[in-house]
Order: sequence, then structure tokens, then C-alpha cells
Amino acid sequence: MFINKSIKELRKGIKQKDFSKKEIADFYLSRIKKFNNLNAFSHIHPINEKDLNNSDISSDTLSGIPVALKDNILSRNNPATACSKILDGFIAPYDATVTSKLKSSGAILIGNNNMDEFAMGSSSENSSLGNVLNPWDLNKVPGGSSGGGAAAVAARLIPVALGTDTGGSVRQPASFCGIVGLKPTYGRNSRYGVIAYASSLDQVGVMTNSVEDCALVSEIIAGFDPLDSTSVDVPIPNFSSTLGKDIKGLRIGIPKEYFIKELNTEIDTSIRTALSELEKLGATLVEISLPHTEYAVATYYIIAPAEAASNLSRYDGIRYGKRSKDTEDLFDLYCKTRTEGFGTEVKRRILIGTYVLSEGYFDAYYIKAQKVRTLVANDFKEVFENQCDIIACPTAPTTAFNLGEKCNDPISMYLNDIFTIPTNLAGLPAMSIPCGFDSNNMPIGLQLIGKAWDEETIFKTAYLYEQTHDWHKRIPKGFE
Amino acid sequence: MDYEAVIGLETHVQLNTLSKIFCSAGTTFGEDPNNLIDPLTFGLPGALPVVNKRVIDSAILLGLGLNCQIRKFNRFARKHYFYPDLPKGYQISQSDEPICEHGRVTIEDNGTSRTIGITRIHMEEDAGKSIHDARTNSSLVDLNRAGVPLLEIVSQPDIRNAVEAGLYLKVIRQIVRWLGISDGNMEEGSLRCDANISLRPVGQLKFGTRAEIKNINSFKYVEKAIEYEIARQLKILKEGGTVIQETRLFNSETETTHEMRGKEGAADYRYFADPDLPPVVIEESWIQKIRQTMPVLPSEKKLELINTHKLTEYDAEVLTTEREFSDYFDAVFKVCKDAKLSCNWITSELFGALKKLHIDFSNNPISSEVLGELIKLIKEEVISGKMAKTIFEILIENPSKKIQEIIKEKGLKLISDPEEIRVLVNEVFKNNADNLKKFLDGNNKLHGFFVGQVLKLSAGNAKPELVNQIITEELKKIK
Repeated sequence: MFINKSIKELRKGIKQKDFSKKEIADFYLSRIKKFNNLNAFSHIHPINEKDLNNSDISSDTLSGIPVALKDNILSRNNPATACSKILDGFIAPYDATVTSKLKSSGAILIGNNNMDEFAMGSSSENSSLGNVLNPWDLNKVPGGSSGGGAAAVAARLIPVALGTDTGGSVRQPASFCGIVGLKPTYGRNSRYGVIAYASSLDQVGVMTNSVEDCALVSEIIAGFDPLDSTSVDVPIPNFSSTLGKDIKGLRIGIPKEYFIKELNTEIDTSIRTALSELEKLGATLVEISLPHTEYAVATYYIIAPAEAASNLSRYDGIRYGKRSKDTEDLFDLYCKTRTEGFGTEVKRRILIGTYVLSEGYFDAYYIKAQKVRTLVANDFKEVFENQCDIIACPTAPTTAFNLGEKCNDPISMYLNDIFTIPTNLAGLPAMSIPCGFDSNNMPIGLQLIGKAWDEETIFKTAYLYEQTHDWHKRIPKGFE
Repeated sequence: MDYEAVIGLETHVQLNTLSKIFCSAGTTFGEDPNNLIDPLTFGLPGALPVVNKRVIDSAILLGLGLNCQIRKFNRFARKHYFYPDLPKGYQISQSDEPICEHGRVTIEDNGTSRTIGITRIHMEEDAGKSIHDARTNSSLVDLNRAGVPLLEIVSQPDIRNAVEAGLYLKVIRQIVRWLGISDGNMEEGSLRCDANISLRPVGQLKFGTRAEIKNINSFKYVEKAIEYEIARQLKILKEGGTVIQETRLFNSETETTHEMRGKEGAADYRYFADPDLPPVVIEESWIQKIRQTMPVLPSEKKLELINTHKLTEYDAEVLTTEREFSDYFDAVFKVCKDAKLSCNWITSELFGALKKLHIDFSNNPISSEVLGELIKLIKEEVISGKMAKTIFEILIENPSKKIQEIIKEKGLKLISDPEEIRVLVNEVFKNNADNLKKFLDGNNKLHGFFVGQVLKLSAGNAKPELVNQIITEELKKIK
């Protein structure tokens, strides 16, 4: 009875006593239980009955709304392991800033979502808890790394999931699962209490079934945090107020580098159809060029592993999490703990990161990558200054691929993020929204990239486009 | 062949900020283990650093004090190594962009002064402490110190011997204490020092191979460690051997250095700019603001004491060892307007009494107003120096007592009325008729006797010069 009800509708229902907060929570909890074959959740939080046994919605936007957190976002007294064995048994002693914002907004934190270990992956197959299934086809991956959240939202196991996006980890699974996912401008949301993968790229993002819900939750978790020096002190935006505004005269840039031969033709067609819809809504399409796009993935795979290798140094078996037994000395303790605690992909990135920061290689890799990162960012700056107000392109070059298909081919896996990585390098906001299905009935995502701090234009555009179809209302077969 | 030593010191100064460099955990020394921790100190997942502004202020202040250039665009870097007392697996420090560079400091040794260059000063966080318990074969970690702010001062290799190294370190200690940014306490580890030492033939410009000496934890040991290391290297070179570049530890029991076993080698710290900390931009206005809080430095203050107040070099030196001494002197002088007396009373009476009573200067019970007032009374000849000492002794025991109160109670008024003294003189003459006769017969030695008798009769309150003068006058009358 709650499926496809928007946050506003749920709120209204609670207020009018059509249903209670407890009924909503129980409904979703039972679905999570029923569809646990998806493996979308890593942990269910104990819920304080007191939070459910009231119909108070006062001024709190998310009163009674169930929300799930990616397993790398800390909530006090609950596990947060980033789906890594190395954090086995770790219970967060404090709330991430985004978590406390959700709590004070009345949200009911239901549980944690499965994910690629330490957010490293594009298929949610790198989890210590096993892979997540795509509800549209149980033989396919949900994307990653926020695959648990995306699958859960798509299967209507939860109306809202928070993910993190370092190279596309919110948008690519949103695209694969046919939901809405926003990665805001770098610095928009606090990273405090979010298990770091690559600090200069990580950003918390919201995954929902509709643009409106995404706007509501995104504006709640946004804002400067004195505990995160990289969060930026800009006014807290009001995304929802832009919904419904027209996009007449909006210049939409179509980057030619994103329509490559690797792009699946069905996606190509679907994106072009979406673009003509946007044109009908009054926007102008402008072909643009982002010439350094082809270097983005390589650049990312130097910067992100370098930061990751450093960020993951703290998992040493000394203070919390896993510690291997029967070790001979300190060195042995470190080696065994980290060997047993980290999965293959994480180890691969730690090795790459350590290598590129090493004496003698630092300039050739890390410094060079930083320079290329600036070039990639300048590409966007250039077109936003002169040619367009927003960019539209595919979120991913393919729809969801088969489980195990790319596990043994990391490069092909990495290339699935070819369209999402550049925005992380440039720190720009970007959203994936459903724009159709391929012949296998797998969802296709349209990506909208905005200027820095201009999520409003993305929301405005996405909302109008969303009104032209009902893809976001479709429910995967078997999950009705 | 004659050799000379080339020495550079790396000094770690622990700042006395209330909270740590990148979080709000406290910094009190001597707390119970692991009491001063928070998510960042503990290296928890998701914890992020935020720079403590006071640390930047302190670094700028020290930079100005050591004549450095202050960098406008500052970045923090991560220095990676694994150790249980380094909770994040990296130390947040500064790499090739330190906040201060190109400074200098002057050291003085028996009237000759030398300038020692300061290569750089950078900000970083301290590590925790590891305690190894051989009895239980276990290691314990205390993270209270982890994240306490440090400034590392790197000197140029301008130091030539152990004495100079000691003097340099004393000047650094004096300045950081003077600026109020650190207590400079070597025993508690708030001032730590590593020494890089090499030898080269006199006249040769190229440096020899250096050894780095760590674990030097007192002023005494700085000189001992360097002396030992110079002798060790000299022996090797004289015997035709070569010095190995290595890190050595000083052992304070044997007063020798020995090679550090294991670790190091070719450590690769993989420095890179910390992505959690945006660059800190120090505008000129910030520097100006700090400059305005800058006190007169000890070296300048010393010159001022010598030139303006005409104090001796030694006295000026003593008064400028600590800023609180110098400030106290200024305050006492302001009341009594007598530099020499102020200096004498502070350095001998006050310091002596505090030492005797084991009172630290910071708990000095005699306020500068009171001491200034006491000295003023001496100067105005209301009381004698001897009386002042009596009053001072009472005051140090009962600091709340008023000087005037004590004067009244003890009847400590200097008799400066000539007529009053004349009465006393004549009484002494009357009581000592024999000696008076001898005196009149020419035994001049007895003059002193009469002065003494008059002073005694006045209970020490008569002004001696006046007594002298009146005895002479009265004798003339008798003659």
C-alpha cells in the first residue's frame, strides 16, 4: 500500500492518520525480509519504538520516512563495515553528519545497504557479504558501489537510500536499477563520519524513485559542516522549490565524446529520445566537446587509489575491527590482518596507490594525474562558461551486465564508469534518472551534469523530464 | 689532519594549545592513558581533521621571532608509516611547503655572537606513546599525545660544537617560552631535539657523511650526545674508516650513541598533500595581526636593559632568561623608577627567597606593585635597606599584609629628624664619657663606635648618614 507513494504523500498520510509511522516501517521491514535474496542489506538497525508510535510530523520533513544508509556511513551504535572483513565487529561510536541530519529530520533509519568493499567496484560483487542482485533481472548486477541501496530502492524495499559517489557509485547503480541518484557538488555534503575511499572525490548522494523525493532528502543532508574542512560554506539550497519551473531557453550541452562506439546502441537511441523530449520542453541542444574525457578513467585510477591506500592505512588491526590471531610480531600482525581483512579489489587499489605515491614514481603518476584532473575540470568550466547551462549524456555505456561477467577483467569493469568519473574529477553535481528500458527490459539512465553548486538546474530539468514518462513508476517483476 | 664538526639540529616544540592540532580533544600533560581521545585521535573510520587556528598563529609568531619568511599558501601533507602509536597510519605534517623558511637566530658565548640559520619551521601532529612491557611481553599504546601540535624547527648546519648546540637549544627554548607558545620543558617532552652530525677536514666545503642522533631528552644530554658522536666519528676517520649515514640513538645511562636496530633503512614516507585539508592561505593582514601581539624579544630586551637602564650584561642576561622576569622587572621599575635597585631586589632578594622556599616564580607571592613600593620607600629614605629586608621577609610569609602595617607594627621608621638624632648623640656621649675623652684626645677610630652606639640606641632606625653628620657637628661644639 505504500509502494510508489512519495515522501510528501507518506507525510500527508501520517498526518491524516491514514496510516502510522509504524505501519510504514513494518511494511518496508517485511519487504526487506521477504526479498532478502537480493542481498541488498548488510544490517538492519534496531528501531526505537518511541520514534514510530507517534504521528508527529511537526516541521520535520522526513518524519516517519524509512531511510537506508550505505554501509560506509556511520550511525551511532550500529555496525558500519564498508562491507569489508577488516571492519568485522566494528560498531560506530558516533553519527556521521549526514546521519544526524537525517535523524533530526525525523527519518527512521532502517538499516545499512550492501556495497562493494570500501566503495571500490562498479557491480557490488566486491562485498564481503556476497554480491547484490539486480531486481530487474536476478542474473544481473545492480551496479556499484552503492548497489545495495539502488537495488533496494528499485525493488521498493526502502523509499530512500543514501549512497556515496567517488567515480559514479551512486549514478551508475541508479542507472542500472532504474532509479534517481544524485551526486551533489563536491563540498555540498559533509563527509564527516563517512568511511573514506578517495577523499577528494567522495560525496554522499541520495537514491530515490522520484526526482521530488531526491530533492527533499538532498536538501536535508546538505550544508557546511565545521567538522569537514572540505565542506563548503554556501547557503543551504532549496532544491524542491525549483521543481515544476520551466526550462525554456535552457542550453543543454551534448558532449560528443560521450557518444562513442562502445556505447550500446539501445542506450544511444534512448538518450537521443530523451534529448528530443527535453527539446520539446523548450530547451536548446548544443553539441559540445569535452576533449580530455578519454583521460579521465586513467587519471581517476591514479588519484583514487593513491588516496585510498593512504585512507586505508588506519585499518591495521590495532584499535578496532579485525585482528588476525597467532601472529609472531607487529609486522606479522599487520601483514596477516590486512591480507585476511581486505578483498582482492581493495588490495589491488592499495598496491596501485602505494606504487604511484612512491619515491621516483610520484611525479610521473600522481602529479601528472593532478594536472590532467585540472584539464578535465577545465573542459567543463569552458563549456559552462560559454556554451551551455547543463550537460546531458548517458550515465553508463551499458545497461546492467551479468553477474561475474567482468569480475576477471578489472579494466573493462573500470571503463563502465567512463561517463561518471569526469564529474567527480571536476567536483560537479550530476544526476542519473531513468530514461527507458532496453530490449531485455533493463533500465537505462540519463545523466544530467550541472555547474558547480547548481543542482537546482539539474533538479528542474530532471523533474520536467520525469513528468513526460512513467518509467520511474515501473516496478520490477516479482516485486509488486 | 684536523677536522671540524658540522651540526644541524631538528627541534620539536610542543605547543601549549588547549586542544589538539586537528580536533577538539584536550592536551593536558599527565592525564590517565587514552583519556584525551576523540574519533580523529583514535583514527576511527570517517573521522576528519580540522586545523586549529591557534597552531597557525603560533607558527607565524615563532616564524617572526626567528626572522623567517612566512609562506602564504600552506598545505598539509601526509607522511606514511605503520606504527601502533600512529593511529591513522600517517602523520599529518608539512612536506616541501613549510610555513616558515629562511630564518636566523643569534647565539652568544662569552661575548662573541654567532648567527645560526633556520632552514624551516613546519607544523605537524605528534604521535602517541608506545609502552613495551618486557615482563608480560606486551605493548601498550597511549594516544593522549597523538595529535598534539608540534612545530619542527630545522636549523642550518651552522653549529660547530656541542657548546654551540646547547646554546642554540637554550635560545630556542627561551624564545618559545618568551612568546608563550610552549613551556619548552625537555623532561616532559615538550621540547625534543635530534642532531645531525658530520665531520669534515678543516677548510673543506663539502659536508662529510652524517649521522642523525635521536632520543636526546635533556639539555645536558644534547652536549653529551654531540661530544660523544664527534669523538666516535673522529676516531673512525683518524683510523682511515668511513662514517655510515644512519640514525643512532643516545643512551643517557652510558652517555653514548648506538645504531638504531631494524626499521628505517630507505623509508619511503610517500608524502602527498592531505586531501582532507584545503590549503591554508595566510594573508599579509593575518601576519600583521600576529606581529602586533609580538613582545619585545629577549635579545632586544637585553640590549634595552643594558643601554637604557644601565644594567650590567650579567644582570640583563638574568632578567631576560624568562619573559615573566623581564615583565616583572618592568612593572617594579614602573613603580619605583630605580633600575639598579629593582634588579638587585629581584635577582638576589626575591629569587633567593623563592629558591629557599621552593616557590616557582609563577607563584611569586610578592606583586610587582608591592616590591616597587618597598624599593620606593628605600629610595625616599623612609626606611633603610635593612628595614626593607625585614619587611620583605614578613611579606613573603604573609603576602596579604600591607607594608605600612608592618612599618607601624615593627616601628620601622627611619629617624631623619636631626634634632631627634642630636638628643640620641648627646645621650651616648653622656653615657660614654671615657671614650668621649679618648676621642677628643685624638683617637679617631672611636667615631665608628659612637655611630654604632647611636644606631643601637635608636634601635636601628636612625638614618646612618645623619648620625654621622650630627656626631661630627656635636664634637665640634664640644671642642
